[in-house]
Amino acid sequence: MKIDLTETTSSRINSALIEGRRAIGAPAIGMVLTLVIVTDEGSAYDAMRAASDASREHPSRILAVIKRPGRTPRDRARTRLDAEVLVGSDSSAGETVLLRLHGELVNHAESVVLPLLLPDAPVVVWWPADAPDNPAQHPLGRLGQRRITDASAAEDPVAALGLRAASYTPGDTDLAWTRITPWRSMLAAALDQKHSKISSAVVEGEAYNPSAELLAMWLADRLDVPVERTVSDGPGLTAVRLTTADGVICLDRADGALAELAMPGQPDRHVALKRRETSELIAEELRRLDPDEIYRSAVQFGVERIMTGERAKAAKPEQRPEPEQEQESGQQQDQPRQDPASAAAPKPARKRTAESKK
Amino acid sequence: MTTSSNPLRDALDRRLPRIAGPSGLVIFGVTGDLSRKKLMPAIYDLANRGLLPPGFSLVGFARRDWEHEDFAQVVHDAVKEHARTPFREEVWAQLAEGFRFVPGDFGDDAAFETLRTTIEDLDKARGTGGNFAFYLSVPPKFFPLVVEQLKKHGLSEGPSDSWRRAVIEKPFGHDLKSAEELNQVVHKVFSPDQVFRIDHYLGKETVQNILALRFANTMFEPLWNRSYVDHVQITMAEDIGIGGRAGYYDGIGAARDVIQNHLLQLLALTAMEEPGSFHPKALVTEKLKVLAAVQLPDDLGAHTVRGQYAHAWQGGEEVLGYLEEEGISPDSKTDTYAAVRLTINNRRWAGVPFYLRTGKRLGRRVTEIAVVFKRAPYLPFESGATEELGENALVIRVQPDEGVTVRFGSKVPGTSMEVRDVSMDFAYGESFTESSPEAYERLILDVLLGDANLFPRHQEVELSWNILDPIEEYWASNGKPAEYAAGTWGPVEADEMLARDGRSWRRP
Repeated sequence: MKIDLTETTSSRINSALIEGRRAIGAPAIGMVLTLVIVTDEGSAYDAMRAASDASREHPSRILAVIKRPGRTPRDRARTRLDAEVLVGSDSSAGETVLLRLHGELVNHAESVVLPLLLPDAPVVVWWPADAPDNPAQHPLGRLGQRRITDASAAEDPVAALGLRAASYTPGDTDLAWTRITPWRSMLAAALDQKHSKISSAVVEGEAYNPSAELLAMWLADRLDVPVERTVSDGPGLTAVRLTTADGVICLDRADGALAELAMPGQPDRHVALKRRETSELIAEELRRLDPDEIYRSAVQFGVERIMTGERAKAAKPEQRPEPEQEQESGQQQDQPRQDPASAAAPKPARKRTAESKK
Repeated sequence: MTTSSNPLRDALDRRLPRIAGPSGLVIFGVTGDLSRKKLMPAIYDLANRGLLPPGFSLVGFARRDWEHEDFAQVVHDAVKEHARTPFREEVWAQLAEGFRFVPGDFGDDAAFETLRTTIEDLDKARGTGGNFAFYLSVPPKFFPLVVEQLKKHGLSEGPSDSWRRAVIEKPFGHDLKSAEELNQVVHKVFSPDQVFRIDHYLGKETVQNILALRFANTMFEPLWNRSYVDHVQITMAEDIGIGGRAGYYDGIGAARDVIQNHLLQLLALTAMEEPGSFHPKALVTEKLKVLAAVQLPDDLGAHTVRGQYAHAWQGGEEVLGYLEEEGISPDSKTDTYAAVRLTINNRRWAGVPFYLRTGKRLGRRVTEIAVVFKRAPYLPFESGATEELGENALVIRVQPDEGVTVRFGSKVPGTSMEVRDVSMDFAYGESFTESSPEAYERLILDVLLGDANLFPRHQEVELSWNILDPIEEYWASNGKPAEYAAGTWGPVEADEMLARDGRSWRRP
C-alpha cells in the first residue's frame, strides 16, 4: 500500500503508517530497527533497493531522508516536506517512508526523523555517499546507535579513512570495512593451519579502493609486520601475500569471484570469494549493532603507516612490467602509485569512475 | 583452532564466521533421497556462505557404475534443484574440484581400499589433512558392516593430529536393546565423542531459540514452573501419509519414529534446568537429568493413545487409509498417530503433565510447543465478562511459520467489560528464514567443527528408549490402534484422553 503526502508533517506521516498497517490487516509487525538513509535523489534508488533487500533479514522501518535544497533562492526560501509511505507488499518487509525535504528544512532533518523512529528499537543511520566528517556529531547521526559510512564513495577514499579514524566514535562503521569480511575470514582460516612466522605482507588491489588500505591496516595491526599496499587493475582487491619463513601464503583473486589459496607445503586450492552486493553488506552491518573494536583498531592504525609504491620501492626495488597504456578505463590512468614516473604524486584526488567503487 | 595462536582471530571480531578446518566428507548411500535433497544442497549452501574450508572434498560411495564426473553431475542437479542460496559458478567451481566417487558394495573390500587411496590422494591434492567425516546415510542394518569395513581398512583412524568422525541418522535402534547394540557397534570403532547422531530438529533455528527464549530473558523463566504452568503440549503433525516408505515405517510407527527422538528432545529443551554454560557437557548433563526424571503414567491404557489414519478426504483430495497403502498388511497394528502423557519428577514440574502427540495425515503440517498457563486464581469481573477468556499460553512455533505466540486476555472495545483472548505474535519465519541456515547446513558444519552441542548423545538415546519401551510393550499386548479420518486432528480417543484430565488439545 502506498500513501502520498505533500506539504506534510511527521505526525501526519505517523498517522499514515498506522492507516497503512490497518488497511493491509497487519496490526503488529516485528520490526527490529529503524534504518535512516541520508541521501540525495541521485543515489536514493540504489540505496533504497539495497535496504529493502536487507530488510528481508532485518525487518525494519526504513526512513529515506532525501534532501532537495532547491536550485534558486526562491526554492530555497520555501520549505516543504513531502512523503511517500509504503506499507506491506510495496515495501519488502516492514515499512518504508521516503521523505523529501525542500528548502531550509534540509538543515533540520532530525526534526522530521525523530518522531518517526520506532519505539525502543535501535536506530541505524546510513550515508551511501557524502558522509559528514564526523558522523557521530551530525544531527542525524546523533539519533543512531550505529552509523554506516562508505569511504569508497568519497572523492578521496584514502583521505576519508583518515577522517573516519580521527572522528571514530563507538558505533561507527564503514562499508569499505564490511566489504573485506570474506577476505579476512579466509585469511584467518588460512592462519588457523600450521604456518611459520610471518615476516611481511602485501595487499594488492585497484587504486582508490579504501578496502585495500583497510585490509592492509588490519593485517599490520594484527600481525605487527610491515605491510605494503600495491596497485593492480582490480576488480577490487586482487591479492594478499603473507611472507613466511617457509614461503608465501597467497590469496589471489584475479577475476573478482574465484580466488586461489596457496600455502607452502600444501596444494593450491580454489575458494569462492565473490564481491558482494550492497544489500548483503547492509545485511551484515545490521546483524550486530555493538561497537566494532576491530574496525576501530584497524582504521586508527593509520593509513600513512602502510607502505605504498614509492616507500616500498625504496625499501625493496621492484620492477613493474605492465605498461600503463594498456588499461582501458579512464580511472586507471590515475594511478600514480603504479607509475614510476609520477612517483611523487600519491594524491588520488581525481574523479573516480563507478567501477572502482566496490 | 585456538584464538591465541592465530593473530588474525580475536574474540571481539564477531564478523568472522566459524570456518571448518581442512576436512572432507564421505557419504555412504549417496544416491538416496536424503543425500540428494538435503546433504548435497546443504554442502553447496555452506560453501556459498563461505563456511567450508578451502579444499573441502566430498566423496560419494554407492553401488553405481559412476565416474567422478557422473557423480559431479548428480550433485550439480541436486544443488540446482534444492539449494536455498543462488547458484554461483565460482562456488561450484571451488566445490566440484573436490568431488570423488567410489563405486562398490558395503561388503566389497576392494571398494574400501579404493576409498582409502582416494582419501589419501585428497590429502595430497586438496590438503584435507586426513580429517574426514563418514556420513552413514544408509539403513541401520548396514551400520555394523560399514563401520567394520572402515575399521578393517584403517579408515576409522587418520594420521596423528587428524580426526575421523561418524555421522549417523535415525532410527537409533527400535528399542533400548537394539539401541545399545548399535551404540556398541559404532563405539567399538569410533570413540563416543566422535559419533554424531543427527536429529535434524535440533539444527532448526527455532529449536535453538528455545534456549535463547528461556535463558536470555527474564520475563519467561519465573513463570516456567508448576506454580504457573498448567500443562505443556508438544505436537508434531504431518499432513502426508507414509508415501513410499512402507518398508521402513510398518512395524516402527509414529511413536518410535518421532516421539522417541524429536518430541523427547523438544521436551528436554523445554523442561530442563538452566545449564551452567553452553559447553556441550553442561548442556547434555541437564538434558540427561530431565530425561531421567520423566515418568510414565501408571495406567498406560488411559493416558496413551495410538491411531491409524483411515480412508477419507483430506484438504480436497481423496486419500487412502493406512491399511490400504501399498505394502502394508491389512491387519497391521502399526501406529500412525501416537499421544502420550508424561510427567517430570522434579521440583519445577511435579504434577504438570506434558502431552506429546504426533501423527501422519493430520490437519496440517505443524510442529509446536505450547506452554499453557493456569487460570488466574480470582477474576474480579462480572460473571459473563470473562466467559470467552481461555488460558494464557506461550506457543513456540517450530515449523512452519516459525515464531512465538503469546495468548492472553484483552478487553473487547465497547462500553461493557468483556475480556477475550488475543495473541501477540513474533514471526521469526516471515522475516528471518530467508538467510537463516537450513538445519542440515548447521549440523554438517558442526560435525566438521567437532561441535557436539546439537547432537543427541548415546545416553540421551538410551534414556529416550527407556521412556518409550514400556508404552510400546503395552500397545503390543493390548488392543489395536484407534481409527481416525485422514485430515483430522487424530482419533476421538485422544480427545477423551485429555478430557479425562479436564483439558483439551489446542488446535495447532
